[in-house]
Parts: sequence; C-alpha cells; structure tokens
Amino acid sequence: MRTSNMKDRFSEIQDKVLSQQRLEFDDGLFLFESNNIARIGQLADIVRKRLNGNSAYYVYNQHINYTNVCISHCQFCAYAKNKDDAGAYTWTVSNIRERILSRIEEPITELHIVGGLNPDLPLQYYTELLEAAQEVRPGATLKAFTAVELDFIAKNAALSVEDVIGRLKKSGLAMLPGGGAEVMSSRIHESLFPRKINGKRWLEIMETAHGSGLMTNATLLYGHIETHAERLSHLIALRDLQDRTSGFCAFIPLAFHSANTGLSHLPATTAFDDLKTIAISRLMLDNFPHIKAYWVMIGEKLAQLALSFGADDLDGTIIEERISHEAGATSPKGLTRDQLKYLITSAGYDPVERDAFYRPVAQGILK
Amino acid sequence: MTELTPIRDKILNHRRIDSNEALLLLERADLLDLAFLAHEVRKWLHPEPMVTFVVDRNINYTNGCTCGCKFCAYYRPPEHPDAYIISKEALCHKIRETLDLGGTQILLQGGLNPLLGLDYYQDILSFIKSNFDIHIHGFSPPEIAFIAQNCGFTIEETLRSLIKAGLDTIPGGGAEILVDDIRRQISPNKCTADTWLNVMKQAHQMGIKTTATMMFGHIETHEHIIMHLMKIRDLQDLTQGFTAFIPWTFQPGNTKIPVLAATSVHYLRVLAVSRLVLDNVPNIQASWVTQGEKIAQISLAFGANDLGSTMIEENVVAAAGVDFRLSLADMVRMITGAGCRAVQRDCFYNSLAEHRMPEI
Repeated sequence: MRTSNMKDRFSEIQDKVLSQQRLEFDDGLFLFESNNIARIGQLADIVRKRLNGNSAYYVYNQHINYTNVCISHCQFCAYAKNKDDAGAYTWTVSNIRERILSRIEEPITELHIVGGLNPDLPLQYYTELLEAAQEVRPGATLKAFTAVELDFIAKNAALSVEDVIGRLKKSGLAMLPGGGAEVMSSRIHESLFPRKINGKRWLEIMETAHGSGLMTNATLLYGHIETHAERLSHLIALRDLQDRTSGFCAFIPLAFHSANTGLSHLPATTAFDDLKTIAISRLMLDNFPHIKAYWVMIGEKLAQLALSFGADDLDGTIIEERISHEAGATSPKGLTRDQLKYLITSAGYDPVERDAFYRPVAQGILK
Repeated sequence: MTELTPIRDKILNHRRIDSNEALLLLERADLLDLAFLAHEVRKWLHPEPMVTFVVDRNINYTNGCTCGCKFCAYYRPPEHPDAYIISKEALCHKIRETLDLGGTQILLQGGLNPLLGLDYYQDILSFIKSNFDIHIHGFSPPEIAFIAQNCGFTIEETLRSLIKAGLDTIPGGGAEILVDDIRRQISPNKCTADTWLNVMKQAHQMGIKTTATMMFGHIETHEHIIMHLMKIRDLQDLTQGFTAFIPWTFQPGNTKIPVLAATSVHYLRVLAVSRLVLDNVPNIQASWVTQGEKIAQISLAFGANDLGSTMIEENVVAAAGVDFRLSLADMVRMITGAGCRAVQRDCFYNSLAEHRMPEI
C-alpha cells in the first residue's frame, strides 16, 4: 500500500517537474524522506539539463580570509578566534596585496574575500582592501563580504547597509558571496548563532544588495541540528526573494563539518544526505540559475557525482581554503584546473571555465 | 527507444545480458539509469533492505615478495632490510585483539615469499586454529599457485594441505584484470588468468567458498573489464563457489603506473554493470577502502548490498597513500543513513547480529 502511494507521489512530482510547475513544501519533504536517491537525482537532472544543458562549471579563484577574529561565536565554527587568542590574525591591506601578488601569474578571475566580524576594522579598511585588490588584479571580480559582514560593517560605521554597499561598490565590490545564511529558522538562530544576524535580516540585506544592482549567491549550512522542514523553509524563503529580485546567481548547500566546533559530537553528513540536499535544492529553487557542489565540503569524489544530481558547478581551483579544513574537511586543499576538467569530463559533462558571473572564460579572459 | 531499450527490457525481465550488451551499458547508459537497473537486480536477489558487513582484520603475514607488481606500494624484496615475516607473538596479539573487538575472521594474506615453504603455511594455520576460534579467510590464488610451484606440489595438493591445516575460505585477490595481455604489463610475475581461475575452480570443487575481485582503473579498456566479468560468470555457472564480487580501483600513489586515479563516477558505473552481469553471484561488495565512506554509501544505490569489512587493520591500500578508516559506528550510520538495516555477517554471508544507531 505504502509502496504504491510512494510510486504515485514520485510520478506526481515528476509530472510537475516535466511541466515546469513549482514544487511545494510537501513535495520537498517527501523527497527528503525518501532514500531512492537515483530517482531523486533523475528528477533534479531534468531541471539541471533544462537550465544548464551538459555544462559543468568551475572557476579559477583565490580565497582571501582577511581575519579570523570574530565576535560572533557561532556554535558551528572552528575558524573564529578572539582578538587575544593564539593564532588570531588580521591581515593588513599590504599583506593582502602581497598575497594577491604572490599568485599574479595565475589566470585568476575571481577573488572570494570573506572574514570574521572584527570590531577593530573601520569601513576604511574594507574600502582600501577592495581598492588594493582591484589595483593589483584589475581583471578579477571582487566577490566580497557576506550579508553578515555588511551588517556588521554598517553598524560599526553607523551607516545604513545601503550606504555601505554604495561605498564598497565605488571601491570595486562587484558581487556578494552567499555565506552567513546558515539555516533561516529562529529556533536554530537562537540555539547556534544568536549573536549573528537572523534569517530575516540576512534576506533584507540581500534584497538591498540586489536592489543596488549587485548579484549575490546564497547558502544553506546543513547537517547539524536542523530538520528537513527547516531546510525546506529556508529554500522557499530564498525562492520567494529570488522571485522578487532575480539577484541570486548560485545556491551552495554547505555540508557541516563538526570537528573543533561547539557541535563536535555530531557526525559528518552522509553522502545520501549530501546528494539529496543538492538534488532537492535544484528542484525547489527552480528560479536559481546555478547549484554548486562545493568540492571542498563534500570531497571531490562526491562533488563529481553531484553533477548528475542537479549540480552544475564545482566551484574553484582553490589553493588556500582555510575555513572548512579547520573543521576537519579531509578533501585536498587545492585542485588544479586539469584535475577539475578530468573530474567533469569523466562524469560525461562539458567543462566550462567561468568567471564569478558564470560567463565563460579562457586563460582568465572573457570569451 | 534507444539501442539500450532492448537491453533494459532483458534485465527487467530477469534475462541474462551478453558481453556486447554489457559493454554498451558500461559505455552508454545514463549513470542514474544504471543505478536503477542495478538496484532492481539487487532487490530480486536481496528483497530485504539490508546491508551486510563483517568485522575482521587484515593480517599480512609477510611483505617479502618476488612478484614486483607495478601497482603495489606494499611489498619489499624478501632479502630487503624492511621485509618481515610475522612472529607468532604478533599474530596472537592481533587475533586476540580482533576477537576482543567482536571480530569473527581474519583475512590472512601476504607476499610471494620464496623463503616460506608449505610447512610454514600449514603451521601458521594449525597454530591459529588450535589457539583461537576464528574463521580464516586466507591466501589468494597467486599465493596458492606460488606455494605450489615453489614447493613442487600440484595446486590440488597444496589446497588440500592448506584446507586440512585450517583454511576456511579463500579471498578473491590477485585477480587484477583476468586478461593475460594486461597482467603481463602490470604484474608480469603473478599467475596467469587461467591459473587464477583454475585455483578457484579446484577450491570450489573441494567445497571451499571464495570471493572474486577486480582491480581496474589502470591500463585496461572497457572491453577488458567485461571480459573479466564474463570469466567470473562462466566459472560461477560451473561451480557456484563465489560468494561475492568486489570490484575496486587501482590507487596510483607510490606505484609505478602513472595514471590518474579512476573517478567515483567510473567506479559506480563498473559496480552497477558488475551487478547486472554477475546475475549468478549473490553479493556485490562496495570498496570503502578505495572509495571512502561517502562513495561506498552511494554504492548501495548502485547494486552493492555489502560493505566488506570494518577492517581493524589494513596495510596494502594505505601504503599507496589512501587511508580511509571506518569504525563500527560509522559503518552502521552509513548503512542506516541509506535507509537499510545494518547486519553483521560471517564469511558465508550468514547474518550474525543487527546493529542499530545509538541515540546521540
């Protein structure tokens, strides 16, 4: 009896997907509760193929984590330090200039710049950082500062977020990363990251950014204490905003790594959960152009497989990823362009090197 | 309707596919359609949503080996200062520890070491059996063929002596790719494909169960993979002696074959095709040792119904720089996370105990 109902439910959802009807909360919940990952993957692949064909993207980028000093003290973070802790650091603008220069021969098209909430840094630090980055690496897109950082910078400077975005844009800010969304649920906010902005505020800032002409990404940190229902509410909140602004470029589900965090008793996410989350994100977020399988978080083996479960992007050729490795991610710290291309072609997809806006590039130059 | 439709129909009607059809599936089928088909076959053979595993330990009695396989990072020449032969003390300690950890068997394998006569193997087996109540899964066909040749016995005589001394079942290692063209290039001093099959055939005919493996992702073609599967299927039709098939990928680190490691997608395609071709082999085992926990779990949707062993100790793959570890709790979480029941088994695939996730 249950089996035949399950079959009907899958066919129902498949009909919706094929006729481009939007999936509802309950559809997503049914899929999360199912372990038929091949079937879920096939549904996600319909949407993936419709939006991105056979392309699988990657980006040649550089990560700059300018400080690990952070007053937010989120339970799930292994990266943050107090100002006086051993290992606390804040790079000066000239440090950052050197870091970018040290890789200046590489065809990097995106600088991904995020850091902690460090109250000692004035607005001027951020504008100078961007200006230096733009001067040293004029061709690269500066994708910098999550909504959480922007809110903090604005409060510290006693300015509106809109004003801060305006000033940062003048200094070269071109896009916002999608971090800091965590899970948009007041239960989880109170329990894991009460000192950080909540989901409502995160969405407001994204809406402001979109309104000022900035594209952004969005994330979900999954695999800790959240329920399937909370994941789905998060996805639907993102989908609603995207309907209004069309400002989101990619969605990135981030698998939680617990080592060295306040939640270290929690086990790692399973591969079934990782692939279901990616596939269901692809299905629910029908208005998001791209779904990223961030190989640093789930390993390159599973990221490759995720290309058949709705993902169309593996993110970057990253050499210096720090934040997830502090939390015990065991993936290699860098993949080369050839390794990424090999992963993509041997999965049967066409590799496309992209810039931050998913425009195809060759050797760092727009095609 | 595509060229694959009649092949799909055959599979869904429980009919056997031939080598051309298997090759088409391996090369052309959609990845998730392969998963669907392999899972259907698994469900007929194992209707219960259950995944089995064994708790055991690999004991490598010697790393001294004259074989010189290009894919091996573990062996040393027998006279090398780092070559060892395990002491009885170390052996006892390892077995005691295995039993204490709830283990039921040991996987006893080693190099092709000319310093060891048949009496060494008989002695180690009877020593274990007289001191411990533990299942011995030991000596892959290349070892048995080497012992026979080195000591001037036939394979049949060698097998009889080992079985009499306490050998219970034989692991399917050393099969690599069962095509001599390939074996000559990657493991020129190891037994031929026919010898490997002949050792297994004779063992099966003496009532000894064995597994079979395949190591791919080096210099073989897709055709070679299918030829390998067909040879296993043909012998199984004759003997019914294989309990499980275990495909695993070559790990190029620290070896002499300069290729890129096979990807997870290729592994899963081969795994699924193995399930589809080997309709007469009851169990397909996923290799978490080479693939890691995440892909091993996904294997359960691509035809695998067994996760091998928790492996209290593993040395050979670790020597190639790949060192995935797995506790019993991780094993159980991986299986239950795939919606299946986690069942510890013995070497004959009899259920011993169901394990559940502890509450966090």
